[in-house]
Amino acid sequence: MDFQYEVKGASLTIYVPRELDHHVASQIQARADLAVDTYRIQTVIFDFSETEFMDSSGIGVILGRCRNMGFAGGKVKAVHLKNERVRKIFSMAGLYKLVKVEEDQDE
Amino acid sequence: MNNREDTMEKQNEMQIVFDARSENEGFARMAVAAFISPLNPTIDELADVKTAVSEAVTNCIIHGYRQGSGKIFLECTVIGSTVTIGITDEGVGIINIKQAMEPMFTTRPELERSGMGFAFMEAFMDDVQVYSSPGKGTRVVMKRRIGG
Ligand SMILES: Nc1ncnc2c1ncn2[C@@H]1O[C@H](COP(=O)(O)OP(=O)(O)OP(=O)(O)O)[C@@H](O)[C@H]1O
Ligand SMILES: [Mg+2]
Repeated sequence: MDFQYEVKGASLTIYVPRELDHHVASQIQARADLAVDTYRIQTVIFDFSETEFMDSSGIGVILGRCRNMGFAGGKVKAVHLKNERVRKIFSMAGLYKLVKVEEDQDE
Repeated sequence: MNNREDTMEKQNEMQIVFDARSENEGFARMAVAAFISPLNPTIDELADVKTAVSEAVTNCIIHGYRQGSGKIFLECTVIGSTVTIGITDEGVGIINIKQAMEPMFTTRPELERSGMGFAFMEAFMDDVQVYSSPGKGTRVVMKRRIGG
């Protein structure tokens, strides 16, 4: 697997790797859906600390989790969105309107 | 000394053929990034080109070959400061290219596609041309000038 994740109570944190493309997105999708079913996850958190590249597959996997979590009454968050490129993709795709983005303290 | 060589713009070309597998998406991005590095692209220019390559290659895998087996043909030509990238598959092809290129249009919503691929290619490259025939395959040719 090309990424790390952590389950804490009812939240699942996905540590998005340096590049979020279709190859990684399909692994995240499978793992997240399994964890959500297994641990009754209410919040999926995408941690972008390490991420420098993201394409449309990244948008797809985030929107897909929004849709699935919405059905389950849960929510999706993005944290540590500090890379300029990733922020640009987020805004071009209108993700800021759909996903709660928690800015870092020092920003 | 060859006078003609002197006045002609510097030209460099490469071609790679690789399997339509998702682990090759990163390889395709890196190969193009490394090949155009002599042009000294900025971080933004490099990210733009890598994103466009990633979109076109991903489309070959997901749509062209429907996640089955096949080959992807990547060519990259640098003439002066202009990069031309061709990405071709021999997959299912596209029936309506104009519709396919509309932002948010996707034929595979169940695979969590959102129809942003062509929109990104057009946003990040100076020119994008798509050639396709149903049952034969698809070829995307994109150009980008590096360094203004
Ligand atoms: N190489 C290809 N072969 C066959 N059909 C293609 C190919 N590339 C694109 N298409 C068609 O064009 C549509 C739009 O492509 P585009 O990349 O814009 O969006 P997408 O791939 O569906 O979603 P996203 O790129 O956001 O994940 C696809 O849904 C598909 O029907
Ligand atoms: Mg696409």
